[in-house]
Amino acid sequence: MTDTRDRTVPVFRTEGVTRVYKTGEVAVHALRGVDLSLVEGEMVVLLGASGSGKSTLLNILGGLDQPTEGRVFFREQELTRVSDRALTTFRRDHVGFVFQFYNLVPSLNARENVALVTEIARHPMRPEEALERVGLGHRLDHFPAELSGGEQQRVAIARAIAKRPDVLLCDEPTGALDSATGVQVLEALTQVNNELGTATVLITHNASIRRIAHRVVVLADGQVKSDERNTTRVAPHEVSW
Amino acid sequence: MRALDRKMLRDLRRIWAQTLAIALVLGCGIMVLVGAHSTQLTLSGTQAAYYERQRFGDVFASMTRAPASVVRAAAEIDGVAQAEGRIGFGAVLDISGMEEPATGRIVSLPPEGAAMNVPVLVRGRLPDPEHAGEVAINSFFGEANQLVPGSHFGAILNGRLTQLTVTGWVLSPEFVYTIAPGAMMPDNRRFGVIWLNESAAAAAMDMAGAVNEVALRLARGADERAVIAALDALLDPYGGTGAYGRDRQLSHAFLAGELQQLGVMSTYMPPVFLVVSAFLVNMVLGRLIKMERPQIGLLKAVGYGTLDIVWHYLKLAILIGVIGIVLGWLVGWWIGSAMIALYQTYFGFPFILRSAAPAALAISAALGLATVVLGGLRAVWASSQLPPAVAMSPPAPPSFSRGYVDRAIAWLRVRQTTMMILRSILRWPGRAAITLFGVSASVGVLVMSYFMFDSIDIMAASMFEESNRQQVTLSLSQSAPESAVIDALSLPGVRRAEGAFSMPARLVHGHRTRLSALMGHYEGAELARLVDDREGPVALPADGVVVPQILAESLDLRIGDMLRIEMLAPPREVLDLPVARVIEQAMGQEVHIGAAALFRAMRVAPQVNQIHLLVEADAMPALNQAIKTTPAVAGLADWADVRGQFDATLSENLLTMVSIYTLIGVLIAIGVVYNAARIQLSERSHELASLRVLGFTRGEVGFVLVGEMMLLTLVAIPVGWVLGYGMASGLVSQMATDLYSVPFIITRRTYAYAGLVVFVASLGAVLLVRRRLDRVDLATALKARE
Repeated sequence: MTDTRDRTVPVFRTEGVTRVYKTGEVAVHALRGVDLSLVEGEMVVLLGASGSGKSTLLNILGGLDQPTEGRVFFREQELTRVSDRALTTFRRDHVGFVFQFYNLVPSLNARENVALVTEIARHPMRPEEALERVGLGHRLDHFPAELSGGEQQRVAIARAIAKRPDVLLCDEPTGALDSATGVQVLEALTQVNNELGTATVLITHNASIRRIAHRVVVLADGQVKSDERNTTRVAPHEVSW
Repeated sequence: MRALDRKMLRDLRRIWAQTLAIALVLGCGIMVLVGAHSTQLTLSGTQAAYYERQRFGDVFASMTRAPASVVRAAAEIDGVAQAEGRIGFGAVLDISGMEEPATGRIVSLPPEGAAMNVPVLVRGRLPDPEHAGEVAINSFFGEANQLVPGSHFGAILNGRLTQLTVTGWVLSPEFVYTIAPGAMMPDNRRFGVIWLNESAAAAAMDMAGAVNEVALRLARGADERAVIAALDALLDPYGGTGAYGRDRQLSHAFLAGELQQLGVMSTYMPPVFLVVSAFLVNMVLGRLIKMERPQIGLLKAVGYGTLDIVWHYLKLAILIGVIGIVLGWLVGWWIGSAMIALYQTYFGFPFILRSAAPAALAISAALGLATVVLGGLRAVWASSQLPPAVAMSPPAPPSFSRGYVDRAIAWLRVRQTTMMILRSILRWPGRAAITLFGVSASVGVLVMSYFMFDSIDIMAASMFEESNRQQVTLSLSQSAPESAVIDALSLPGVRRAEGAFSMPARLVHGHRTRLSALMGHYEGAELARLVDDREGPVALPADGVVVPQILAESLDLRIGDMLRIEMLAPPREVLDLPVARVIEQAMGQEVHIGAAALFRAMRVAPQVNQIHLLVEADAMPALNQAIKTTPAVAGLADWADVRGQFDATLSENLLTMVSIYTLIGVLIAIGVVYNAARIQLSERSHELASLRVLGFTRGEVGFVLVGEMMLLTLVAIPVGWVLGYGMASGLVSQMATDLYSVPFIITRRTYAYAGLVVFVASLGAVLLVRRRLDRVDLATALKARE
């Protein structure tokens, strides 16, 4: 399968997105007016130091959180000021998530963790197919506790892509992994991006990963500090850290 | 099966210990409800069917002697459906191998068979009308004395020792509970009911063509009081002693009293247990689901809706509930069967109609499900409302702040691990309060069940050590002058003899009446004394009567009121006497009066019809032998035997009940503490593992977990004492029957046992959890992000 999407149409568009967290007396400004737009099929790396607002932005894009101010659009649909039910439908139909700590359900095996999503998706692939795509066709019946960290993260990726999402949002997917295992995970993500054309946003604080992306956005203090396009991309196995 | 359902089943298996603990607590409430209700329904249903099938009478009367034609006249009374007359009397029995005399209640059996109060044959055959010496006996008596069909025993009939042959064992609706008149406890060895052929009975009592007992069955809708009045009028010329309804029929009155108490138990106790278990299930389930917070966040993130998630966890809660309900049903049914079997040892039913108590099953299931659904809903709703990103991240560290309590603790200079315990309790006062409530509830349940031992002890002490200090009581065949007491001193081994006068009587105050007895006490009596449960021996006033509290209440009597006493045996006087004093007596039903006041009112010389004796220890065989051949003595009560019977019956019954309630109390304590500790462990495993990494020993880290739970237990115990006091006093006020009331006294022993049992149960539960703490892998615990 190859990418047939129009790489000029924006998937996500944000206008002055601000997010303030209040804990007790203190107000923390996680995002201060972010304007950003992401196009179809693009692989974007979001870089930034801890506390720069990367995760908050990703959560807002994925409909896990709502901005305090500003607007967010997915294609033509506005994601801000909509009901919880609408956000749930949006996540269910369009978004795949990959988290740093995998967030697998410990009491379900690999196949069942993927099935958790395919059972409620509209046009899912079979769980087995999704797991084969990430190179885990041989570990279908293993429980999370029986899998290595890299394998667990690949199950999480399979779970994210099995619904054929329009966007894949990955929060530090290699953060808990060593270099070699991390490369395997990145390869799985790149492969999905190439073959399915899924727009992918990948958060990392690891600058060496930037080279595998089409585009690199750097956040600092809740604002976009730079937004650059990579002229040459490298394959994940050429990256090391 | 859907992946989500599979997750639920596997989760359930993973938390099986907690699931079981919750299910057990819930099951306890359901068990009590089902057990008590099914026992009560079974016994009352069996009673009703038994009465109906064997045509148990509605109204009973006895008289000195009446022509058999009086029965036809009685049948003519408006509202009477059926009437039967018979001959009934008491006799001294001589059972071979038994040194003391037994007493028998002899009932005549018509040649064509009884039409009412029909005995049910359970072994052998009924006596042949052609054979005068054949009798049927009640099964309990036959069993206790090994009087199988074909065996013989002696009876003194009309002054002559007559040999009788047993042909069969029977049960009768009239004698479901067989207790000798005037006795407090059934004594199946020394008291039996004997069905004798009518001709033999008539010959023995010289009553050919006559009867001295009548029983009536009423037509539907008949006015029982009117029938009783008409029957009294009819029998008055024949020495009628007062007709009475089933409420005064001895066996029925005991059975009804027991069923009433069982009814109270089945309506009053189960809600207590159910409410307690509902609270606990709520708390535990709530915590269990709160720990699933990250998974709830994940499910939301991947697109599951709030309702999907709520339903998923509700299913988990319902499944736990169903396990508890089924456990409760099964154990409740089993306990019901055990209780029914226990009742059958002293209530003679020929059959048992086991009632499943469908209403109790349905209500308990509905309450059980409501409990788990509410508990589950409360917890899952809060978590499902969180934005998924927040739910998935670990909850923010709880904000500990320094308050004046902390300064006070700091001033105490406790160790940091102790500080952790105290802070944790102060930080989550709600959670600590629920644990405290659960543990104190189990203490309360134990106090409520153990206090019955105290009450029984008080009753026994009052009856055997205070009121009745005589070893033997002789009942005389008829009243005798006071000099009979002097004669009794000449019986073998008698050291002291005191006379007393007892008379069946109808008590009347306004429109209220009660059948009871009048007890005349001689001045200076030291053996059988009148004792107030609280104040000790009571001196009888020079004038007027002394009335126990229960009797005063039922007749609406106050001090100074005039009480009419109608004697139901010769000389059948009617006395109007003022109430001089009301006393507290657990088992008291009789009206008491000083002998001087009584015989002054009766204008006769003092008389006795009971003699209380103090006897040399080794003289009993000789005394028994002498009594068997003394016609003036109708019966002998050996108080050591009475006490033995009393203790044996009660210890058996109470032990069963108390074991059940102890089990429940212990289960609740374990359920609460185990779950609370498990929740602590999972929430704080990171913190506790950190302590281990810092160099604390297993023991020191375990102290944080064990210490908090045991501190809460210690605080909960006194709270439970107060709770138990309240529950017990509620139970006592509900359980008072017409026959007796339970004195409300709780001793320190009861409080101590209740506290100790719960303390040990809690310690056991928390140590089980501590073992898990020892197995926690430090590296994993520190990495885990939960």
